[in-house]
Amino acid sequence: MALIEVRNLVKHFPVRGGVLNRVVGKVHAVNGVSFDVQRGETVGIVGESGCGKSTLGKTIIRLIDPTEGSIKYDDKEITTLGHGGMMRIRRKMQIIFQDPYSSLNPRMTVRGLLREAIKFHDVVPANQVDDYITELIRTVGMRPDAADKFPHEFSGGQRQRLGIARALSVKPEFIVADEPVSALDVSIQAQVLNLMMDLKEKLGLTLVFISHDLKVVEHFCDRVLVMYLGHIVEELPTRDLHLRAKHPYTRALLGANPIDDPDDRRPLTVLQGDVPSPFSPPPGCPFQTRCPRVHDRCRVEMPPLVTREAGVNGEAETERVACWAVEVDEQEKLSAGAGAR
Amino acid sequence: MGQRSEQNRANRTGAEGPVLSVRRLTTRFRTDRGIVTAVDDVSFDVAPGETLGIVGESGCGKTVTSKSIMRLLPDHVASYGDESEVIYRGNNLLRASESEMRKVRGDGIAMIFQEPMTSLNPVFTVGWQLNEALKYHTKLRARERRARIIEMLKLVDMPNPEKRIDEYPHQLSGGMRQRVMIAIALCCEPDVLIADEPTTALDVTIQAQILDLMNELKSRLNTAIILITHDLGVVAQVCDRVQVMYAGRVIESASAREVFHNPRHPYTRGLLDSIPKQGGKQKGARLPAIGGIVPSLWELPPGCRFQERCRYKQQKCVDVEPDLVTDPDGHARRCHFPLGTSAKLTVGASS
Repeated sequence: MALIEVRNLVKHFPVRGGVLNRVVGKVHAVNGVSFDVQRGETVGIVGESGCGKSTLGKTIIRLIDPTEGSIKYDDKEITTLGHGGMMRIRRKMQIIFQDPYSSLNPRMTVRGLLREAIKFHDVVPANQVDDYITELIRTVGMRPDAADKFPHEFSGGQRQRLGIARALSVKPEFIVADEPVSALDVSIQAQVLNLMMDLKEKLGLTLVFISHDLKVVEHFCDRVLVMYLGHIVEELPTRDLHLRAKHPYTRALLGANPIDDPDDRRPLTVLQGDVPSPFSPPPGCPFQTRCPRVHDRCRVEMPPLVTREAGVNGEAETERVACWAVEVDEQEKLSAGAGAR
Repeated sequence: MGQRSEQNRANRTGAEGPVLSVRRLTTRFRTDRGIVTAVDDVSFDVAPGETLGIVGESGCGKTVTSKSIMRLLPDHVASYGDESEVIYRGNNLLRASESEMRKVRGDGIAMIFQEPMTSLNPVFTVGWQLNEALKYHTKLRARERRARIIEMLKLVDMPNPEKRIDEYPHQLSGGMRQRVMIAIALCCEPDVLIADEPTTALDVTIQAQILDLMNELKSRLNTAIILITHDLGVVAQVCDRVQVMYAGRVIESASAREVFHNPRHPYTRGLLDSIPKQGGKQKGARLPAIGGIVPSLWELPPGCRFQERCRYKQQKCVDVEPDLVTDPDGHARRCHFPLGTSAKLTVGASS
């Protein structure tokens, strides 16, 4: 059974305007998203800014309340839980934020920052709190004397380690990591990714890893959800990603990533124009305004997210794609297969 | 004029001379904690139509280098070394007066910044901001200027330039704002374009558009480009030559090809290894990360500045800081024990 089951999740933010400050419209941040996260799995969510990936990440742990839909954690519906019920379950779910500068209180020492949650949730007996804090700081690869320093005394990478230590302090099962390495330098990014891999294995964590960087997601995650304008447009395993990816948007993301080889230069532009505003999404497929494979049907009808077993190198795994062009490809493949037989 | 170092003579591309020569640039800042040297003895040339990449992590001095060239650092905090020179059209810009600099900026050397929203003025239209540069640097009449602005916006592939010219920055997307910045930078046809992290704030698909645009403009206008970035993928896409900086020093300088295929400094090697490879070749494995952090400029280690993080460190690295040595093939590195052919074999065997 899946640890997290998200069904038809919708989050619309009201937009106010005019003299009377009335609601004049809504931003469609997350638009009917469904997916599962299995226990022990790392699921990546990728997409460009404004695609709703951060909103989705915050909504599944109810830092933001959904407009509609259901979220089950360990088979328990959490969208309807009250304050107390949520408090109990929140200990099991934590979040690591992108910006370690603004997510740590500058007036508290590291000890204070970590102790707050440990005491609140009664993670360890009071007389063991200090030892536990020392252990946590060691776990994230820092020296124990860090406990009595303030956040400003650390570099960006160290602060992100502290963010991780704070998330781990309540012994969670499930962590949402929202762009945890995007603000870090390349060499530090590698250190933090390695640390997260170690911890995930050691503690058996389940992770949702949000990133705009497909290369990092491919490296770090087991499965990836590709989002565009609040919709999941493709879901697939990250193994052999470049062979599996079918949706024109996922292909474009793969193609736009510069390759680290000056001998392999090619034009990177696959997509013209910008992401449309989530305030007034286009009709039909959300990607139709930029899609290189757009045809008439895409402009009027939203393609459904179709589940199928797809194989690469003989191993079939479940994939989901929402694209009319891919549907046509698959139909042709089927009829070609039938013709050959 | 200062002597041209061996390294730059060997690396220079094209038959024309360099359009901009930086010689022994040292930039110091007066701070509350004393004087700190942010850029230490940096030299390079750029030729027309060439793209030089300056790569490094935060605090390595890459942005200070570009701001020193443009003299954008306030004189009361920044000072330059006695032997430092930035030679452009036969003048040393580091000794130029503010009015001379104003003629150079925009007209001769232009700059694009990382954050297009903060470098565009929010209360003026796109057209107004392009017009400002043209009014100052050219003798065109108002109507000619407007025509030229629309032409510039077309050059940078701005959709609907006739409409966009009268819009304000907040009405544009991030990618379009960066196109406006590039149009402003190019409108006076500068000899040198300095692009400081031009795509860092943009999404990958938009970054792809801007990088392709920069490549296209370079070949069309023959502008010399200095591209400052931390992203090695971007460097691989657009640069001809690369300088890698670490803690204020150039630690490696060679053609882009050489730097990516045959890095000689362990730091460069480490940076390349830190990026997850596309295609998931090392999926699930730990990245060979560089340990530790960049040293503070106030507490530089003795000897080589990278020695504390270097996995090939030897006693000599602690005792003596290596010089920037140019190998016979023109590849320069600041390392006592460079990863050459023989060294590389032993490294490959051990890992």
